[in-house]
Amino acid sequence: MKAFLMYRDQDFDLQQKLPWNEQALIQDLELNVLFDAMALGDKFLFEVAKKAVLCGLSNDLDTIFYRQHILKDCLKNPSIIRDIYHIAVEAIENKKKHYYGIFSSYPSSILSSSIEMLQMFMGLLKKLKSIADEQADKFESEGFTAFFAMLKRELHDEYFASVQDHLRELKFRHGVLISAELGKGNEGTHYILRKPHNKKQSWMQRIFAQKSPVYTFYIADRDESGFRALSELKDRGINLVANALAQSADHILSFFTMLRTELAFYVGCLNLHGQLARMGEPISFPLPVAPDERKHSFKGLYDVCLALSMKQKIVGNDLDADHKDLVIITGANRGGKSTFLRSLGLSQLMMQCGMFVPAEFFCANICKGLFTHYKRKEDVTMKSGKLDEELGRMSEIIDHITSNSMVLLNESFAATNEREGSEIARQIICALLEKQIKVFFVTHLYELAHGFYTQKLENAIFLRAERQTDGRRTFKITQGEPLQTSYGEDLYNKIFGTDC
Amino acid sequence: MTFHSILFEKTEDSVKKETPEAPVFFVDLNLDQVIEAITARKEEYNLKPFFYTSLKDIDTIKYRQEVMRDLENETLLEKIESFAQKMRVMRRCLALADKLYYKYHKEGWFLEAVEIYCDAVNCLVHDLSLADLKSFGLLAFREYVMNYAKSDRFTLLQAETKKLKADLSTVKYCLLIKGNSVKVRKYESEMDYSAEVEKTFEKFKQGAVKDYQVKLPMGSGMNHVEAQILDLVARLYPDIFLNLDDFCTKNSHFVDETIAVFDREIQFYIAYLEYVETFKRAGLKFCYPQVSNTCKEVYSYEGFDLALAYKLINENSSVVCNDFYLKDKERILVVTGPNQGGKTTFARTFGQLHYLASLGCPVPGREAQLFLFDSLFTHFEKEENIQNLRGKLEDDLIRIYHILDQATSNSILIMNEIFTSTTLRDGVFLSKKIMEKIIQLDLLCVWVTFLDELASFSEKTVSMASTVVPENPALRTYKIVRGPADGLAYAIAIAEKYRLTYNRLKERLKL
Repeated sequence: MKAFLMYRDQDFDLQQKLPWNEQALIQDLELNVLFDAMALGDKFLFEVAKKAVLCGLSNDLDTIFYRQHILKDCLKNPSIIRDIYHIAVEAIENKKKHYYGIFSSYPSSILSSSIEMLQMFMGLLKKLKSIADEQADKFESEGFTAFFAMLKRELHDEYFASVQDHLRELKFRHGVLISAELGKGNEGTHYILRKPHNKKQSWMQRIFAQKSPVYTFYIADRDESGFRALSELKDRGINLVANALAQSADHILSFFTMLRTELAFYVGCLNLHGQLARMGEPISFPLPVAPDERKHSFKGLYDVCLALSMKQKIVGNDLDADHKDLVIITGANRGGKSTFLRSLGLSQLMMQCGMFVPAEFFCANICKGLFTHYKRKEDVTMKSGKLDEELGRMSEIIDHITSNSMVLLNESFAATNEREGSEIARQIICALLEKQIKVFFVTHLYELAHGFYTQKLENAIFLRAERQTDGRRTFKITQGEPLQTSYGEDLYNKIFGTDC
Repeated sequence: MTFHSILFEKTEDSVKKETPEAPVFFVDLNLDQVIEAITARKEEYNLKPFFYTSLKDIDTIKYRQEVMRDLENETLLEKIESFAQKMRVMRRCLALADKLYYKYHKEGWFLEAVEIYCDAVNCLVHDLSLADLKSFGLLAFREYVMNYAKSDRFTLLQAETKKLKADLSTVKYCLLIKGNSVKVRKYESEMDYSAEVEKTFEKFKQGAVKDYQVKLPMGSGMNHVEAQILDLVARLYPDIFLNLDDFCTKNSHFVDETIAVFDREIQFYIAYLEYVETFKRAGLKFCYPQVSNTCKEVYSYEGFDLALAYKLINENSSVVCNDFYLKDKERILVVTGPNQGGKTTFARTFGQLHYLASLGCPVPGREAQLFLFDSLFTHFEKEENIQNLRGKLEDDLIRIYHILDQATSNSILIMNEIFTSTTLRDGVFLSKKIMEKIIQLDLLCVWVTFLDELASFSEKTVSMASTVVPENPALRTYKIVRGPADGLAYAIAIAEKYRLTYNRLKERLKL
């Protein structure tokens, strides 16, 4: 039994490794704001959100659509989804609070503890089954249709009855029947628990009906070591069945765990959706295309993390960068360049993990890897050291990058003078483009930006942080030729006052 | 071809086969460490007495060298090791059977032992029949063991064992445990209940989960409840257990004595070869020395001190090898030179090579010719004791007196820094006296000393010296080479380093 709500045919692995650059991605894209919004303080939801979002880069188009459909079902039936989620949580919490006996070193207590635990699980499975019976028709997605059908198929009434039979039998009211053979040194070995032939006769009756001899002996009342030996023998017999039962309990637990894990992603999406809806921010389901195509067009794309932390609706941007490999963004300081770059990274991750995106419309090719190279603040005093550090990080990216990846560079290589920085950047960018890698570069390096501009490359587009004629910023990013200054004067004036 | 022993060709010889105590020179030559390392993992064979016994006749040395060469074939060595392993398990089973209390339990382990023994013999016969043997010893043993395997005694033992094991494996019984009662009867094809339970819950399988099987202690013998059950099982299958009783009584001494002795003695070779392997892996060489009891023209190339090399290899340090030779009338190697330069190690190497050669073992080095001594003597100064000067000198002299008294012209003497605790004049005087005696006896001798005078004492003495790196006298090369004793060489090298030699001072002072 599998939930299969994240992939059509495989489990969602919560233990999977995050991309090697997860730290950089989280820091540069402020992903923790997104995860917090999805988790609403729940550690588990946070962890699942983090895994699902960061590991989404390896999903294929099919998986993305599979999740989009499920998510649409969730958005239609939020309370049913939360009910199912809570059944799974209850199963796991119950297991955690009770049933320590399963960790015993005596098969007999492992067995009895497993029996109790299975009784509890059966109750919750019945609940799950009744939701399937009553609510299944409200769901349209392939994922949920298969999920409910599976519950109905596997958990029919006869099955519950046969489980109850076993759980009763395994209390061994009529004694334990064990077969054995002689091993080395004539020591008993290969102890196997046996089921008697005829259910209607009791085991005792059956044994008395035997023709072949039956020998009996009794342990004397005060023979403590004898009783100990006997229960050891019994333990050998039930060791396997205790194991089978405890493992079954574990398997059912892992079914619930998987159900909880996979639903946790959608619960996180529901949480995020609620917050964005309250702010009146739009969302839409993106249209992903194959990684070797070049699409990147959107309307009203906003930085979801900025919106969440400001708790208000913010300015969105439009772009048509289809068929482009290189996007160079220049312009005013604090003009929204970094926010724009972040919104690109966030929307890409959200799209690739199967979520909705913070935009009115969004279409882009999926990428094989997402890399961020942002200027870091540390080591301000040591210029050469800082360039070393930057180049070191760049070199790490080069170690990991593959074609059809996407790189976001933010003020990279500004740690040296403009000419050197531009030349370093130029050489790196040219190589990346030849490798079929999409590059978004926010930069003040005029020489670099201008150099690419004059080449009139067909696959490059130049954007500028917009500024009104009066110097006010609109936080809108529009297409435009790189300009020589970055309006630092504006900022200076704003801070120090224009009059002096 | 009759076979007696893999270590001794002839048993009729009155040769002492085993020596319980280590020879007195063992500690001086660090042979105690060597033998300890060789026999460390072979305690149960009690091999030391073999290693404490040096041989006196060339034939036996050749007998062993041949066996050792055969065993250098890795396949053969593996096969013999696997035989030995089986014999070890067999002995453990027997020891267990001996210790146990319940009859059928004892008999069960006894039967186990016999089965393993039969297997060991059969495998050995098979493996030896495929082996390309050259040594007289192993060829004779092969013939012996092949005949044994064909003998009625062995074939009958094996047939009965097989039959019993087969019968016992058909025994299958059921226990019904309820409260304090235990019922025992034959098994009647009841279903495996665990499997059925597992099947019921199969649909929930989600990949690997924890294993809840409790590791119930096994092989810890048998308690009285199990013994009672076994007794009842024996009543369910009376014929089988009656046969088992008979078998055990009849075969109480089933191990062949010659094979048992071989099993122990062959470990002498295996232990040594395993030890040698450590050195070979480190790139060091071993060779089968030519051994003579007449020719005193000994030599060794690329030899080394085993005990020291063993330590150095464990520390991943490199090992320095040394050569020596004695020609014509030369008998005495006088070793001088800077301290810590490898002189004592050199002397020990000389002693170890000769001793190991006398065991019939390959020795460290690329090539060697060695002398079969009748006795080997060492005189090593342990540590200086200023409070007891006179006593010590006296004691030294008494020991040397006894050595020279016992030594014959076929003995070897190794002396290390004697007379250091007396005056130089006394030292020279006494040393010269002793030297005359040694020359007179025509002993083979290594003498480590700081007395240059001894180096050119006569045509029988050869001077060798430890050396240093010329540019940095603090660095030893650990090379001992033939050359005149020159106590000044070291001092001059140090002076050179600090540019304080005469020539240097002339330049520096612009003389």
